[in-house]
Amino acid sequence: MSSVWLRQLGAVLRLEWKKTLLSKRGWWIYLLALGPVAITMLHWLIEVQHPVSSSRHSLGDDSAAYAAMFFFFYLRGAIFFGCIGIFNNLFRGEMLEKTLHYYYLTPMRRELLVAGKYLAGLGTALVLFVGSAAASFFLIGRHFGPAYSDYIWHGPGLSQLGWYCLTAALACAGYGAVFLMCGLRYGNPMIPAAVVFVWEGINPFLPSLLQKISVIHYLKGLIPVEVPIPPPLNVMVVDTDATPAWVAIFGLLAVTVLLLAYSALTAREGEISYGE
Amino acid sequence: MTENTLITFANVSRFYGEVLGINKVNLSVPPGITSLVGPNGSGKTTLMNLMSGLLRPTQGQISVLGVPPDHPEKLGRILGYCTQFDAFPKGLTGWQFLYSFLLLHGMSEAESRQRAAAALERVNMMDAAHRLVAAYSKGMRQRIKLAQAVAHDPQVLVLDEPLNGLDPMARAETIALFREWGDKGRHVIVSSHILHEVDRISDQVILLSHGYVVAEGQIQGVRSEVKEQPMQILVRCDRPADLAARLFQQNHVVEAKIHGDGRNLLLRTKDADSFYLLLNRIVLDSGLDVESVAPADDDVNSVYQYLIGGEGGTV
Repeated sequence: MSSVWLRQLGAVLRLEWKKTLLSKRGWWIYLLALGPVAITMLHWLIEVQHPVSSSRHSLGDDSAAYAAMFFFFYLRGAIFFGCIGIFNNLFRGEMLEKTLHYYYLTPMRRELLVAGKYLAGLGTALVLFVGSAAASFFLIGRHFGPAYSDYIWHGPGLSQLGWYCLTAALACAGYGAVFLMCGLRYGNPMIPAAVVFVWEGINPFLPSLLQKISVIHYLKGLIPVEVPIPPPLNVMVVDTDATPAWVAIFGLLAVTVLLLAYSALTAREGEISYGE
Repeated sequence: MTENTLITFANVSRFYGEVLGINKVNLSVPPGITSLVGPNGSGKTTLMNLMSGLLRPTQGQISVLGVPPDHPEKLGRILGYCTQFDAFPKGLTGWQFLYSFLLLHGMSEAESRQRAAAALERVNMMDAAHRLVAAYSKGMRQRIKLAQAVAHDPQVLVLDEPLNGLDPMARAETIALFREWGDKGRHVIVSSHILHEVDRISDQVILLSHGYVVAEGQIQGVRSEVKEQPMQILVRCDRPADLAARLFQQNHVVEAKIHGDGRNLLLRTKDADSFYLLLNRIVLDSGLDVESVAPADDDVNSVYQYLIGGEGGTV
């Protein structure tokens, strides 16, 4: 990569990072990210103040609760909607604010612009959601004291944390690429986002083959602890063979790269039309 | 002139769905100041957006100094565009706005700083450089946009209504900047509805109506092509009545009016060349004291009215 490209990429990152990470408009995304941290912190404080309640559940229960929170809240909710908020707006937001032409008039390859904006959005999503998932993980069993420290540092905890962080990062990367493409390609990206949401939502109930045409299927396979499905939904879930982790990881990365390539092509052929 | 020194449109059309933007435009724009003139919706902004690569033609070819506009990585280095959009990236000061977008050109931090300062100086905005653009007045926003368009020292400067919102002083400074740019042999493409200003600054004009180019070239040349409208010539002399009587003996003089302080004679003639020859002869024969002779309707406004008539919209 030439030094000019690197400088241009750096300039996009600098501009976009400021807009995406430090944006007042993104307050609800911060809430989504901080919500589970607040809840796990509350859990810790309550358990510390009323230690008798700890006897009601084990560290294993907290581990399963975290897996459920990670799957249902982070993957299905916070990261999904957070990525809509962050990545849809990278291009669409600038179209609405009538500022995208400033970028399009610079001598910058549109592919590089797409890469820069994506990386800025990804950086923001990673800081918020991987950071939040890690913080919640540390907090959820903290009330067990040395036993939890031992679980993390000398037991399976650190490895589990690594998988959760990797899964959250892949979710940000995958959904980010999907919603960046939607923001570039569609006048109203919320419609395709809703379609993706429904598709991902009904995924566990679809036949095995269809389950594999989704992001959530591969992400779920990477979660290190089995996610408890509450009744009556558990009887409706269609069991599917687990996809090997390396296939899931490289498959998600490959889909991400393909979507980004398509977005770059769309941006290259794109026009500035602010609807005037 | 080679293609590398011209902006060319070859049979270019642009439709917005079924709505016509511009149709079958053939142009070859030489260096200097070129004004685009036409009412709202005539295709001025479409033409500018096409040459800057913000829009793609539905058909036809465009070349800006030999560069096709669908290569932004080349075009962005030679073209600066001050659009009509009064919008800026949020949260940036004037300085940050210029500096950030110079970095996007791939310039080093030192060069970006130096060019941002020079551009701010050029539009007289140094004092307000560190204020948020959102807090600028309309005129200041117009000037910072102009600074952004010229900061990378482009060969082609495209300006959509650049004088809007400027006070008279800033207007004069901006026009001086256009002149300086044009005098350097660069292209300055300006759209403006303030016709007397267009008249003062333009080396050539492109008249547009309903998406079609109705005339292009130096304004006097365009005027002389409008044969069906007799030329108006104002002669200031000591005996205008005498002169009018002599001129009326010729077929091509169709009207003569004395007005002003009684020394001005406004003539309408179908053949300006014959008129000037005749005037020389009359001066020699009769000893008429002629103070001045000047065309009275070779300005953009008159030409526009002749070509397009009094159709609606702001010209």
